[in-house]
Amino acid sequence: MIRSDKNSAAPILELRDVRMNFGGVAALKGILHDVPEGIIQAVIGPNGAGKTTLFHCVSGLLRPTSGSILFQGKEISGFVPHRVAQLGISRTFQHVALFKSMSVLENVMLGRHPRTRSGFWATGFRLPGMRREERRIKESAGSCLDFVGLDDVSHLQAGTLPLGKQKMLEIARALATEPQLLLLDEPAGGLNMRETEVLGELIQRICKDGTTVVLVEHDMNLVMDISDQILVLHYGEYLAAGSPREIKDNPAVIEAYLGES
Amino acid sequence: MKKADRLIFIALICFIAIFPWVVQNISAISHYVELMVFAGIFGLVCLGLSLLMGYAGQISLAQAAFFGIGAYSSGILTAHFGWNPWLAMPVGALLAAAVAWMVGIPALRLKGHYLAMATLGFGVIVHIVFNEEVDWTGGPSGMVDIPGLSIAGWKISSELQWYYLVWGAVLLVLLFSFHILHSRVGRALRAIHEEEVAAEAMGVPTSRYKVQIFIFGAVTAAVAGSFYTHYVTFLSPSSFNLMWSIRFVLMVMVGGMQSLWGALLGAVLLTFVGNEWLQVFADFEVVVYGGILLIVALFLPQGLISLFRREPAAPPNPISHASDEG
Amino acid sequence: MDGTWLGTDLLQYTASGLTVGAIYALVAIGYNIIYNVTEIINFAQGEFVMLGGLFAVFFLETLRFPILAAFFAAIISVGAVGFAMERFVIQRARNASVLSLIIITIAVSILLKGSAMLGWGKDPYSLPAFTSGSPILVGGAAIQLQALWVLAVGAVVVISLSFFFHRSLYGKAMLACADNPSAARMVGIRVRQMVLLSFILSTAIGAAAGVAITPISLMEYDRGALLGLKGFGAAVLGGLGNFYGALAAGLLLGLAESFCAGYLSSGYKDAVALILLLLVLFFKPEGLFGSAEAAKLKRF
Repeated sequence: MIRSDKNSAAPILELRDVRMNFGGVAALKGILHDVPEGIIQAVIGPNGAGKTTLFHCVSGLLRPTSGSILFQGKEISGFVPHRVAQLGISRTFQHVALFKSMSVLENVMLGRHPRTRSGFWATGFRLPGMRREERRIKESAGSCLDFVGLDDVSHLQAGTLPLGKQKMLEIARALATEPQLLLLDEPAGGLNMRETEVLGELIQRICKDGTTVVLVEHDMNLVMDISDQILVLHYGEYLAAGSPREIKDNPAVIEAYLGES
Repeated sequence: MKKADRLIFIALICFIAIFPWVVQNISAISHYVELMVFAGIFGLVCLGLSLLMGYAGQISLAQAAFFGIGAYSSGILTAHFGWNPWLAMPVGALLAAAVAWMVGIPALRLKGHYLAMATLGFGVIVHIVFNEEVDWTGGPSGMVDIPGLSIAGWKISSELQWYYLVWGAVLLVLLFSFHILHSRVGRALRAIHEEEVAAEAMGVPTSRYKVQIFIFGAVTAAVAGSFYTHYVTFLSPSSFNLMWSIRFVLMVMVGGMQSLWGALLGAVLLTFVGNEWLQVFADFEVVVYGGILLIVALFLPQGLISLFRREPAAPPNPISHASDEG
Repeated sequence: MDGTWLGTDLLQYTASGLTVGAIYALVAIGYNIIYNVTEIINFAQGEFVMLGGLFAVFFLETLRFPILAAFFAAIISVGAVGFAMERFVIQRARNASVLSLIIITIAVSILLKGSAMLGWGKDPYSLPAFTSGSPILVGGAAIQLQALWVLAVGAVVVISLSFFFHRSLYGKAMLACADNPSAARMVGIRVRQMVLLSFILSTAIGAAAGVAITPISLMEYDRGALLGLKGFGAAVLGGLGNFYGALAAGLLLGLAESFCAGYLSSGYKDAVALILLLLVLFFKPEGLFGSAEAAKLKRF
């Protein structure tokens, strides 16, 4: 059952036979899946299943070898990452790609980039329009930090934060771009149980706010707890998709994981 | 601007104002004013290079070429065609910008050693052109009789007047650069340096920014070149060779790459070192230069400014992570 | 037949092009050796060619060595300089950023150039050809004997290297380091040793090239930069890390430069190699013989 009561006829993300080959290695072998709008979609699978590769294809880091990716009905495969971000897709990274020497607030302010406009010359000459925009950037960034609960550390250097807070910061930065679709790459990686709980609660709040969330995750408790739909990949292939309960009892999925742990 | 920077800026204005008066009365160092004119001219080049190298994290070994493009444009337009120097200067800057745009777009797709070599190669090609196009540039024997500058009919003739003119320009460019740094653009540049992939994923058009800042560096270098031309009134290609591009990089490195103050500090220091204090070394000058560069690169890669910093500067450009397989 | 037909010029330019191309190929190979083991580009590569020639002059003129002994003495001396560079500079720069590494090798090149200026002054020096004799006439073109020596040195280097890398344990170990230093370390290969070896080998090869070319085109203290740049052009053109590519690209570059100097303009001949370098970097950075996939996987 889809949690959100959006009556979306069109899915927000459509994967049509997406294939990704690296030289001789086929990382993705024809993924076919629709992500309905307004839900929390988990993507799981044993290591090497192609989950992060899929994220790279959607966010524009990789150009799929073949197939298409549709966002809100429009073809985006092969678009450069910054264009994808402008269209409304944002993401976090497995290895927390924060700008460590910048402050917490500055990291999030950077996230406002696609929604702001001041150019090189306007900035250099410090025109009034630019100054107003800079103030608004600071405010929006501040509210993103509030939303994830990091407002008390906004002036610290990002690199000095503990991992749990760094993960939250990365999410805040991604939220600052005002995405309709948020891709989270193993957000619970390295977090303890309490931090994972807080994370799960945050993801649910993000979804309730109207953003569709797709997350790659290994923490099965978190996945089962908050996901509306789960997509299972195995060796780059589609294995199964459905609600958490369906996936939990799916024999093919169980077998794939048994072989793993 | 941050508060500390604002204070230093005011201190710098005071220093610039007072410096000549202090120095001119001591005959042993009265020529320091002239050295400061050169330091200011090189400082303009270094400010642009600092934004490119220190903040955006891209290397350029071609600044001397852009310096030369500005210098020769001004020289040729004024000496051969009788143009007003103040009109020739923007033409030189525009030409440098156009060349930077054409070269920058393909070159800045490269990284690391490839980018360094590309800019190096481009710089040497421009130098060869300066040497070969004798009809325009006078070739290795140089170009003479270049007119000086005047403002509203008032000729800028004395060292002191040049000094104030050049450092006035430096202060303006410095202000402009600070505005860039503490802004959306500056954050984008720093983000590109630290985590280019993440910056791109957050909507920053990284290629476009890299080219833009490359063009900015070329423009400041060209403007500096125009000042140089009218100050020295003589041009020779040997002032725009690879060694000079390396010198500019050295100035920014020694001063401190992640700091506009560092760029100026490096420019001033190395101008004095090169023209004054290394003279003692005579033939050893090149070796000593190489030695300084090596020691700084090995032991003080963040430059002298890092000695004054309280908080650590950004870590050096991390080796990019291998793509994660999910 | 007194050889004034158009073909003479062509042959002449081809001969000189192949000769200078062999030098570029050797410099390119030097880059490749260090690059393959360390992924570092040694901007000082050209200086070792210069030092090779000048050291040979020293051994020959000052110490009165016979020419062959001077050749080998020069190579050994320059190899020692390469050793020093690796031990005292590169070792310390293990954790430096890419930018710092670039500056560091540039600094070494400036140091070497400055030292050469101190040791030998600014004048160009010459060496006698390895064997004396008048040039050989081929279809009206005069080919100096030394040019054949240059090609011979090049051939010997290339053949020995391919044996070394593909047949000897040390050579294969060096290639393994390039591929995966941690794995190499785990199977007992001393990576540091391999890095040192790569520097010594690469600088010695550069020196050999320098000694070979000096009888033809003289040698002076500031020749290194341009040689290094053109050699890098050949390395990239042939696909960074690819030995046979370096060989082919070096010869190609030499020919292109020679034809330009002969048929177009001799003043711009240096620009030919550089323009080719830029074109390759801009449009096909993996070079003519490298693979695009491999190029993307490179650290930078």
